[in-house]
Amino acid sequence: MPQLPETKQKVKFYQTGTFTVGNRLLESDHRTVQATIDRSNSLDSGHRACQGCGEALGARFAIDAAMRASNNQLIAANATGCLEVFTTPYPETAWSIPWIHSLFGNAAAVASGIAAALKVKGRHEVRVIAQGGDGGTTDIGFGCLSGTFDRNDDVLYICYNNQAYMNTGVQRSSATPAAARTATTQPVGDEPGNAFNTGKSVPLVAIAHQIPYVATASVHDLHDLELKVTKAMQIRGARYIEIFVPCPLGWGSLPGDTIKIARYAVECGMYPLLEGSHGEITAVTKIRRRVTVSDYLKLQRRFAHVFRPENAHQLAQLQAIADRNIKRFDLISREDDEK
Amino acid sequence: MLKQIEGSQAVAEAVALSRPEVISAYPITPQTHIVEDLGAMVKSGELTPCEFLLVESEFGALSACIGSSAAGARSYTATSSQGMLFMMEAVYNASGMGLPIVMTVGNRAIGAPINIWNDWSDSMSARDAGWIQLFVETNQEAVDVHIQAFKLAEELSMPVMVCMDGFILTHCYSQVDIPSQTQVDQFLPPFQPRQVLDPAAPLSMGAMVGPEAFTEVRYLAHHKQREALKLITEQAAEFKQLFGRDSGGLLKEYDCGGKETVVVTMGSVIGTMKDVLTEMRAEGHSIGALTVRSFRPFPIEALQEALQDAKRVIVFEKSLAVGMGGILANDLRMATRNMDLAVHSVIGGLGGRPITRSNLRRMFEKGLNDQLNRIHFHDMRMDVVNRELEREKAQRRSGSAAENILSDVGVVAAAKTI
Repeated sequence: MPQLPETKQKVKFYQTGTFTVGNRLLESDHRTVQATIDRSNSLDSGHRACQGCGEALGARFAIDAAMRASNNQLIAANATGCLEVFTTPYPETAWSIPWIHSLFGNAAAVASGIAAALKVKGRHEVRVIAQGGDGGTTDIGFGCLSGTFDRNDDVLYICYNNQAYMNTGVQRSSATPAAARTATTQPVGDEPGNAFNTGKSVPLVAIAHQIPYVATASVHDLHDLELKVTKAMQIRGARYIEIFVPCPLGWGSLPGDTIKIARYAVECGMYPLLEGSHGEITAVTKIRRRVTVSDYLKLQRRFAHVFRPENAHQLAQLQAIADRNIKRFDLISREDDEK
Repeated sequence: MLKQIEGSQAVAEAVALSRPEVISAYPITPQTHIVEDLGAMVKSGELTPCEFLLVESEFGALSACIGSSAAGARSYTATSSQGMLFMMEAVYNASGMGLPIVMTVGNRAIGAPINIWNDWSDSMSARDAGWIQLFVETNQEAVDVHIQAFKLAEELSMPVMVCMDGFILTHCYSQVDIPSQTQVDQFLPPFQPRQVLDPAAPLSMGAMVGPEAFTEVRYLAHHKQREALKLITEQAAEFKQLFGRDSGGLLKEYDCGGKETVVVTMGSVIGTMKDVLTEMRAEGHSIGALTVRSFRPFPIEALQEALQDAKRVIVFEKSLAVGMGGILANDLRMATRNMDLAVHSVIGGLGGRPITRSNLRRMFEKGLNDQLNRIHFHDMRMDVVNRELEREKAQRRSGSAAENILSDVGVVAAAKTI
């Protein structure tokens, strides 16, 4: 059994006046892959993502971390979606790794096929990643994803969750949160936005598949994201990481607020950071400075309607969801409770 | 080696001899014994090195082959009927990316109404998908054509479907000569991909192509299929030289030269037809036959040549383009449009309806007497159809047509007569 890296950063140096975890005071091997001169730039500059795109940021950190962990022996299969479109209209490509896009719903199966080919050819050093957005993962690609988990194929699947189909004009997916405005859940009627009590948590579904590693991460904590990817890459079998990636276009937020929104989503309890293995939740990231759901929602136009007096019940319901997460996943350390 | 063997098992042996590296299959909707046998061979170590992926759907099956083929492994799957429709998005994708996957299609009908028996609706639904489609007559030919299919696919970087009649071939025991590994190795070299996912030489595959290049990319696929016509003929000749058997090729003639009437068909039904035609020729009728082996690419020039003496063609097919008529017939009409030929389209054997010597003989005689309609539905009971049409006219809520018709002709009707 190889020694797995810690997914918790033991010491964090926050830069004065910000919530950014700095690198400079850390020992060199604790610094982020992005902070090093030998980073692989797997997803290179010049692509067509929007300003403030959480997905581009998440993908860059995740794939570069996976590249380092695999000694640059990596192949990626990509589902149709924003990430695919903004990185690769022929003859341009922003990928410096071997990369294949087949269809919207089959990234996991394509990756399983690649893994099978590598196995039969004895190329155990080459690792396989499948990646897609939440639509390609939680909806149309769900069957193939479950198949890859079921067979415990040696694939790391990364879902960049921006909570709707952004590439095609912001339509609801099964990862869209309650009350959110999308093109198919308009803020009209008595219950504006996306319906409550719908949707699914694919990280928990992944844990239920008993696969060796599942994690959620967020682009506001890139150290954590890199550590989780690095950990996943040291395990063989099916692994799943979901990265929370705000989308300024779809969420109606300022490009400069992407990191703040991602942090608030975690710190209000709406998006818990978890790790799981073989059917159990094995770790949670405690909330550092709790914020309210309102703090998180008011930065996003997609939730503007919940602040209207007649929709106060929606805001209360959303806060209740966050409160339930905090309780269910034990997101606040007792130390903080006592304060 | 001669074996008395089921068609599916024979194909499994042929595929195994072709040294596939990744086999991916979904077991149902509906499958044949091919992948079960291959699974056992991989598990027992008889077929190695090979990875066998049991996937969650037919869509996953072909998608996994897309990944494995793109990563440079010789890849195989098998399917039929509804399963093939479920993978259809990946069917187009595999050919669009030029991935030389080989897939067996045990031809069966498509529902609703649900029906598991033989016709060609499944393969026909993918006839424009950019795959080469080779139809076989016997299980021996199925074995031989699978071995040729891998070579053809990899030479052209294009996927190949081997189409064999479901049940009639896939589940039929017959004598098959299974070639030796040495023979197959001599014919089929290891897979050398044109494009491969490899960290040593990174490339991006499957990216978006806009209007400025799409036509040319599609044309190239068409061009390669037309080129394949030559290659299919060459490979069949090479195969004959090495294995001593005439299998595959573009089409096969059964004494059709100089004949006034020529029956054109595909697949296994020619077996029954040959008996009837031999009989009729002995009685002095000028009638021959040919089967189309390569349906895609469609052998236009070869057909023109084979039919140059004919005055009348009876196209018999187990497929129907609803609202249009015969599919093979229309392709043949297009291929022979400048020839002085009367083309009759006969549609039969749908959903596994038996095609017998006696009903074929009746139909051929009609053809010789110019009594066939432009589109003729073979062995169909028009009275039954009319009864349902009357019912629909009589009342709005007339119920399920399929159920009504079964009540009129099936076990319920039979019970009523007792």
